[in-house]
Amino acid sequence: MEIKNRIYENTLYVILCGELDEHSAYQTRINLDEIFTKPNFNQVIIDLSELDFMDSTGVGVLVGRYKKLKDKNIPVFICNPSLHAERIFKMTGLYDLMPKIS
Amino acid sequence: MKMINEMEITFKAISINESFSRSCIAAFCVQANPSLDEITDIKTAVSEAVTNAVVHAYPLGDGFITIKVKLYSNGVVIDVCDNGVGIEDFNKAREPFYTTKPNEERSGMGFTVMESFMDSITLHKNGKNGLIVRMEKLFKIEDQSAVGL
Repeated sequence: MEIKNRIYENTLYVILCGELDEHSAYQTRINLDEIFTKPNFNQVIIDLSELDFMDSTGVGVLVGRYKKLKDKNIPVFICNPSLHAERIFKMTGLYDLMPKIS
Repeated sequence: MKMINEMEITFKAISINESFSRSCIAAFCVQANPSLDEITDIKTAVSEAVTNAVVHAYPLGDGFITIKVKLYSNGVVIDVCDNGVGIEDFNKAREPFYTTKPNEERSGMGFTVMESFMDSITLHKNGKNGLIVRMEKLFKIEDQSAVGL
């Protein structure tokens, strides 16, 4: 799992590249939390267009990050999920926490 | 329905094998010509079952996971087997959001995802303690002209 990120006009864009499963979850958590310590952003957009695979472990990772950012009043949004990621997000109610944007 | 092929693999119950095993099973199923969508369904469901075995089956140390696949011309039956601690209450384990490890950021949605992506999920005891997760999926025939219908 590689994570690209950049801040543009107070929005932190995070692009998850590769496979998000139980094996990659641990390092993904650490890397995302590290990125979230950057200054100068007030919302986060997680782009899944380069995510090749995700199972329900991914939801655990995302909800964990949502909780940490919520403590700092920073909203999180999801964009470009695959059809399968979308089905998992809908059945877990993830979009109630981090809405999908286009 | 006619069985066209059969396979079995056994590997250590460690997380790096989650990716190996789901890719391996998905690749094996390709010969029955499922759609790309169905391949991803299988990949995701296998990943959930293998992850469950890696995370929960062997708290005391190393164990192995065996996956047995029966491939038919129009579907597949996949058994994900372990010899671990087993599940006390099958019904409880299948409830959405149920997890025995709430402090580890786990979604508790593994079985729900398997049920959603496959046609049937059943749980069986494997010998004394272990668990078999049996998943079945029928493939839809997408291009009916290809089979002369």
